[in-house]
Amino acid sequence: MGKLNMVKALNLALLQEMERDEDVLVIGEDVGVDGGVFRVTEDLHRKFGSKRVIDSPLAEAAIVGTAVGMALYGLKPVCEIQFSGFAFQGFHQLENHAARYRQRSQGRFHCQMVVRMPYGGGVRALEHHSESEEQFYAHIPGIKMVIPSGPRNARALLVSAIRDPDPVVFFEAKALYHAAREDVPDEIEALPIGRAHVDRQGGDLTLVAYGAMLRVAREAAQILHDEDGVESEVIDLLTISPLDRETLAASVNKTGRAVIVHEALRSFGPGAEIAASIMEGAFLSLEAPIRRVAAYDVPFVGFAREKANVPDVGRVVAAARETLAF
Amino acid sequence: MAQGPLATSGVDTGLARHLLSQMMLIRRFEEKAAENYALGKIGGFLHLYIGQEAVAVGAASVLRPDDYAISHYREHGHCLAKGSDPRRVMAELFGRRDGLSHGKGGSMHLFDKSTNFLGGHAIVGAHLPLAAGVAFGIKYEGRDRVIVCYFGEGAVPQGEFHESMNLAALWRLPVIYICENNRYAMGTPVERALAEPNIWRFAQTYGIPGEAVDGMDVLAVREVVGRAVARARRDREPTLVEARTYRFRGHSMRDPAGAIYRTRDEVEREKLRDPIVLFRQRCLTEGTLTEADVKAIEKDVNDLVDEAVAFADASAEPPLEWLLTDIYKEA
Repeated sequence: MGKLNMVKALNLALLQEMERDEDVLVIGEDVGVDGGVFRVTEDLHRKFGSKRVIDSPLAEAAIVGTAVGMALYGLKPVCEIQFSGFAFQGFHQLENHAARYRQRSQGRFHCQMVVRMPYGGGVRALEHHSESEEQFYAHIPGIKMVIPSGPRNARALLVSAIRDPDPVVFFEAKALYHAAREDVPDEIEALPIGRAHVDRQGGDLTLVAYGAMLRVAREAAQILHDEDGVESEVIDLLTISPLDRETLAASVNKTGRAVIVHEALRSFGPGAEIAASIMEGAFLSLEAPIRRVAAYDVPFVGFAREKANVPDVGRVVAAARETLAF
Repeated sequence: MAQGPLATSGVDTGLARHLLSQMMLIRRFEEKAAENYALGKIGGFLHLYIGQEAVAVGAASVLRPDDYAISHYREHGHCLAKGSDPRRVMAELFGRRDGLSHGKGGSMHLFDKSTNFLGGHAIVGAHLPLAAGVAFGIKYEGRDRVIVCYFGEGAVPQGEFHESMNLAALWRLPVIYICENNRYAMGTPVERALAEPNIWRFAQTYGIPGEAVDGMDVLAVREVVGRAVARARRDREPTLVEARTYRFRGHSMRDPAGAIYRTRDEVEREKLRDPIVLFRQRCLTEGTLTEADVKAIEKDVNDLVDEAVAFADASAEPPLEWLLTDIYKEA
């Protein structure tokens, strides 16, 4: 057991899975000799060499497309894209190939592969270095979309993603990389993909969040408890797709109210699907319209106005109070 | 540009029979596919390979069963040449449950694990990195297999062509990229799409062997691809082959005449270089095959294709519940 930040926890998952299974490879820009732009792959090159920790040219379509070919052959590549905003050069390879091989070939071929990428704001960077694009991946049948919220679940979910027989897009919140340390057990731990975690129990209001927004929701829940005497249930989604609809419905059937928090754009964002799912699963329990606290429908703004765009505790508390007053 | 051998010397009767029957199988198969398209048994689009058969057959003739092939959307010929059962290929074109992909792939997405045929791909140029990845896997495991990757000259302007050539060269991957230059990307002639229309020359940029070959000459293709396969197996050296060929039919069945962007005279002139006619003539002239051999091949091929059509026709539609399966691994 060690106290690790998210970078070290992810590194541990890669290290242990590579030790366990020699078909697991790491590929990306500067993942090898340099150890990765955020150091997630640090020391892997020293341990496993160039054969398994592969510095690729700067060519996202080639990184993802080559990984699809590796997976077809039977290897288990883990790609790193330096920032999620850079990934659209390789998006086509994910949506058109990785996601569809199983269906097109009626299960004869499949792509066991992971594409990791840092996402989200909070580090005062510009557009492509701060965006949240999970909705694009969550929309693709055949892809699983996972976003951990802390070191321990990041490690356990990455282990599951590497072992998953289907392609997994794995978003890592830059804002969380060094934000906190948690006890992470030495022995390998895996968390099931597709299952949300009830992070805090409560009967008055459901707050749905994931990734870096979990701590925002937690803080909002605490303020609502301290100042309003409201007990919030906080759901940490962990997997965006496939969505854990049962956990969402069960919570809102209990609380009757829901606020969804995410960094992705509001319109057609994950919150829309989550809200629809709650409507389907808990309609008769709803006491108020479901609210979404999200980034505004604008390209990600420069760092001067970043704080106004990314949801913060104040906006979540305000939305919660409106919901409670309805 | 490599000159193809002008004679069949060195080709025994068995090989000649194999090459001719494979080309005739593909030709007959596609003629029948076109008929069934007209009858409405095949929907959507259908891209015929007619005229280009020497490329698939010449290339596949130097591959082992455990080698891989991956292709674009005009891939019926590549799939058949790699050894797939014509009955199951036709059933896939018909969208039936006994098709190679159980009717869920269709004409442009043929996959056959039993022959290591990794699919047709509809998006031009997008499958080239996949071939590099498979070649990486072969090298990673230290095997002496290779992969051939077919694509048209329409893929060359795409970024993925260049990204893949770069990777294959940089990492010395056992892949043979075979560009079938049939001169028209749908209706756009190569001269209007490429600053360097001699496609094999892109190999020089990446420091790997590149060769152009007469794609209407099955023995020339066999020789050039054979050399490339040997290099890939032995030295893990990739090759870019430009096979100069011509499609006698339109881009798809929606473009049957192909007469807007090319002249009828041009098409008729190219048909004089029909790879099947040329090879058959050569075999007969040199006595590698007799008239009786050719007739027997013709009969066998016709029977096989008739059987394929009957098989496809008799196969049921995929069950409705298959609509929702094979998206993720079933729990």
